[in-house]
Amino acid sequence: MQKRLAYSLPDEVLEHVFSFIQSDKDRNAVSAVCKSWYEIERWCRRKIFVGNCYAVSPGMVIRRFPEVRSVELKGKPHFADFNLVPDGWGGYVLPWIAEMAGAYPWLEAIRLKRMVVTDESLELIAKSFKNFKVLVLSSCEGFSTDGLAAIAASCKNLRELDLRESDVDDLSGHWLSNFPETYTSMVSLNISCLGSDEVSISALERLVSRCPNLRSLRLNRAVPLDKIANILRLAPQLIEFGTGAYSAELRSDVFSNLAGAFSNCKELKSLSGFWDVVPDYLPAIYSVCSRLTSLNLSYATIQSPDLLKLVSHCPSLQRLLVLDYIEDSGLEALASNCKDLQELRVFPSDPFGVEPNASLTEQGLVAVSLGCPKLQSVLYFCRRMSNAALVTIAKNRPNLTRFRLCIIEPRTADYLTLEPFDIGFGAIVEHCKDLRRLSLSGLLTDLVFEYIGTYAKKLEMLSVAFAGDSDLGLHYVLSGCKSLRKLEIRDCPFGDKALLANASKLETMRSLWMSSCSVSYGACKLLGQKMPKLNAEVIDERGPPGSRPESCPVEKLYIYRSVAGPRFDMPPFVWTMNEDSTLRLS
Amino acid sequence: MSSENGKLLPETDAGGLNFEATELTLGLPGESRVTSDGVAKLGSKRGFSETVDLSLGDNKNTNKFGQSQIDVPEAAKSPVSKAQVVGWPPVRGYAKRRTKSCKYVKVAVDGAPYLRKVDLEMYNTYQQLLTSLEDMFSCFTIRNYLSDKKLDQVNGIEYVPTYEDKDGDWMLVGDVPWQMFVESCKRLRLMKSSEAVGLAPRTPPKCSSAS
Repeated sequence: MQKRLAYSLPDEVLEHVFSFIQSDKDRNAVSAVCKSWYEIERWCRRKIFVGNCYAVSPGMVIRRFPEVRSVELKGKPHFADFNLVPDGWGGYVLPWIAEMAGAYPWLEAIRLKRMVVTDESLELIAKSFKNFKVLVLSSCEGFSTDGLAAIAASCKNLRELDLRESDVDDLSGHWLSNFPETYTSMVSLNISCLGSDEVSISALERLVSRCPNLRSLRLNRAVPLDKIANILRLAPQLIEFGTGAYSAELRSDVFSNLAGAFSNCKELKSLSGFWDVVPDYLPAIYSVCSRLTSLNLSYATIQSPDLLKLVSHCPSLQRLLVLDYIEDSGLEALASNCKDLQELRVFPSDPFGVEPNASLTEQGLVAVSLGCPKLQSVLYFCRRMSNAALVTIAKNRPNLTRFRLCIIEPRTADYLTLEPFDIGFGAIVEHCKDLRRLSLSGLLTDLVFEYIGTYAKKLEMLSVAFAGDSDLGLHYVLSGCKSLRKLEIRDCPFGDKALLANASKLETMRSLWMSSCSVSYGACKLLGQKMPKLNAEVIDERGPPGSRPESCPVEKLYIYRSVAGPRFDMPPFVWTMNEDSTLRLS
Repeated sequence: MSSENGKLLPETDAGGLNFEATELTLGLPGESRVTSDGVAKLGSKRGFSETVDLSLGDNKNTNKFGQSQIDVPEAAKSPVSKAQVVGWPPVRGYAKRRTKSCKYVKVAVDGAPYLRKVDLEMYNTYQQLLTSLEDMFSCFTIRNYLSDKKLDQVNGIEYVPTYEDKDGDWMLVGDVPWQMFVESCKRLRLMKSSEAVGLAPRTPPKCSSAS
């Protein structure tokens, strides 16, 4: 009788048990146990995440999961952030919205990353989902404030509107006024990416004053400093706040008003914004600094002493984003003051300059790796590095999970030994056994890839540029990195051999991007034809790849696994290598 | 990047001459200028940054290399502009958000033998600009109407900061919001107070911050 217990549990009980299982991986595992669990699970899955919007069609998702409340989609490949993906490539959300409008009337949340969102899509969202609560548009584009106006007017239960780093067409600042006077449910509002004419301050103030649950507010650059105090006084319950331009003529009345307003915010834990900083106004935030866990100064063009002073006031800091003006001295102060630091991102203030304009070297990163025992995530731009430093960092911080190093000049060697950084990055992957994300830079041979293939068993995402000597490098990675999901490569001498030899590996990954490498059109065709579960797409703005010899390398190649087959919305410069469509090429 | 700075290259491409020694300064005799690590460097980039100013935007601090913190446009850094690789370094939205445009305007001071140039985009307030001009022309004092305080007099001559706007009119610095000023300013002139009789207001103008 006990053996049959599992079969006799009523569906409702199983469903209740499954409701405690939130992670996608676990849900997928549950659904694979047996047919009845698959059925029960699919009816009670409420959240879906589609890491590549072309991997599956909206119809397939809707057919399998009929009761979804929250959808997350990602579109363009990561290198689109750096202008490597031409405009018009794809990633349109409208087909998804159109199908979900009919199928998911109770949809509450849509989260999109690197997708093309139009005003039409936004209007459709506003019209179709009566209980819509969350809209997050991360690095999206294609829409204007008109679309936002539609959302504001119709979504009575909206809690979260987050436009982080999206490219919005500014047409009018009055869209905010579209939130009716009866609307009071805003919890999180991020409009930091909007331009100058896109927000009416008075509408903003009225909105803030009538939303008692507002916890996160990130303003755009156009909101002047002297308006901030008033806004903060209307929302002292804020946990996260992003300023606008942090500059004004220094006036003691403005300063004390601002300082008072900040000190009133007893729960403030995260600050950002800080465009155009006037250092004299920084002390206005000192009262909240001791509680700050997250500080984003990546727009603050202030110098090292001011940064150092500021950072020294923030002992609870867990996350810091800053420009290289912080310099080694500032990072040393960070290392001694901020023992809870988990994430550090240092951006270049002058990325295209030939010589350093700030005294930031590998020393700063070494200091932080030594002084901050909880450091897990690093993004560091610098102009010089040494293997010795990398080895030290690796040994100091074996708990690193994300390590992205950008030595600004391609193919720069170790400045002490003039050698490649194979040993240094080798130490990183060897010691940091839980490393999930790695970005390489500097002079690198095939050897570094051998280390990565050997040691980086948990690595999920690898970014490579101007590195390696031969196909062997690519082969090491594809054959060795068991957990690899995303691989993006540019300007490396990798060709057909490694790719074709590891074709089946590609089905276990989300996607592979290769640009300015040596993969031939012939190899792409072969992959497309032999691997039906992969979409092999060639991006080539020179014209049809078929008009050149088969051995000619393609400009860019994007290969991703998909159960939806080749896509139908390709622009003229994208060619699919899949069998049915090869007819189009001639 | 700004092509305006390309024009300055011939001056700075002194190619190894002891440029510093021949450089005129407006400081008091014997006053040392902050230099780079002391070694005379070849190449135009450092020469350029030294002639523009050494402490634009922040008169208290220079970095360890003694270099100014200006974003010296690329064209000025090497005789031949480095060809930029697409999408490298991998920084997001740079053209849009972080790199400021350059707005270099000439600064003339009555009585000085030659003019200087400043990048208005380097500053966020009038105070920063005036402080920086004060450093650049350190033997003069500049009447600062905005904060209604007189700057310390060194040799008893006061100057009134004026600028020529887009219409060609000479205006007193400080009346309009900073951003508006940056957009309309074509050149600056520090006018001797004595000449400004009748122009300089007795009461300081109300200057609101950028709104």
